[in-house]
Amino acid sequence: MLHRRPLVKTLLESRPENVLVVSGLGSSTWDVTAAGEDARDFRFIGAMGQAGPFALGLAMAQPKKRVVLFTGDGELLMGLGVLATIANQSPSNLVIVVLDNESYVETGSQPSATAGPTDLEAVARGCGIVTTGTITKISEVNLLRDMVYDAPGPVFMNVKVIAETLPLVFPESFDGVTAVNRFRNAAIA
Amino acid sequence: MTTSEQIDWRQDIFDVLREQDISLVAHVPDAAHTSLIKMCETQNDIDVVTLTTEEEGVGLLCGAWAGDRKGVLLMQSSGVGNCINALALPNICRIPFLTIVSMRGEWGEFIPWQVPMGQATPKVFEAMNVRVFRADYKQEVGATVDAAANFSFNTRQSSAVLLSQKMIGAKQFKEG
Repeated sequence: MLHRRPLVKTLLESRPENVLVVSGLGSSTWDVTAAGEDARDFRFIGAMGQAGPFALGLAMAQPKKRVVLFTGDGELLMGLGVLATIANQSPSNLVIVVLDNESYVETGSQPSATAGPTDLEAVARGCGIVTTGTITKISEVNLLRDMVYDAPGPVFMNVKVIAETLPLVFPESFDGVTAVNRFRNAAIA
Repeated sequence: MTTSEQIDWRQDIFDVLREQDISLVAHVPDAAHTSLIKMCETQNDIDVVTLTTEEEGVGLLCGAWAGDRKGVLLMQSSGVGNCINALALPNICRIPFLTIVSMRGEWGEFIPWQVPMGQATPKVFEAMNVRVFRADYKQEVGATVDAAANFSFNTRQSSAVLLSQKMIGAKQFKEG
């Protein structure tokens, strides 16, 4: 099991210029924000379940950019069907990183389905995503980085992280128009 | 004079999509949209995305617009309810969102299960700040879709075109 916040920061420190990041509600957004403000990040603060579809649309619109989605088990579980949609479109520039803490930490640490028998990597494979992995140890971070930045997509990586209550690190603004305007300018540059 | 029988309103929608530079067509299939979907699939520069649920189309099109690509969501009225919370995304970010909805449960419907969402469709859209356009006659379909697309992409707001069941014809379902 890994600590999510330093993991996301470590990954983003070696981020190539052409990488766009999408983060799902909610802990993933705080993790990405804690790594530092960057115009190439679009962070969901609502519309739970929509981060995956958004990342797919972005990847299809910007085939020369690489789109990396950071989201949680809870956010992905809300719309697992998107994995089938992604597999069928098969965008080579899309990477999904699930920070799987097996729980809904912000609402009182209720267990999610992945605390039980549900295996998100198996779901992704069953939906037809061929390049998948599950990361459970800190010694696998270099492998994870290679998959995130270099492997042909679509890539699905499930990362087992510790269910820990961390400070909520908020974006500079909660205003959606401000956020999408800034991101769009960077994304199409 | 062109009679209503001669009007191919699906071709008219297709022509508007091309004029509007819409190149991403997301859908959960409905018999009323079949020939339009087929037309789009023949185009090398249009991607047709079959969704597992309509709400995926909201996020998909918003992400595409953030990457400078325009799209449309095709669905039937029963799918509108699936989109409600997702519509917060284009609403709060002022992302242009356009959908074309084939109506069920309002005219000549014979499946009662289609009625609740069909009747609720305009109210649900209005509740989520989606401007509702409606086409009741074949002659007005192209112009209505064009007006909705202009509204959405020029003013960065959400709009829906409702294709009335009276116009589509209830028999379309049986044929499809």
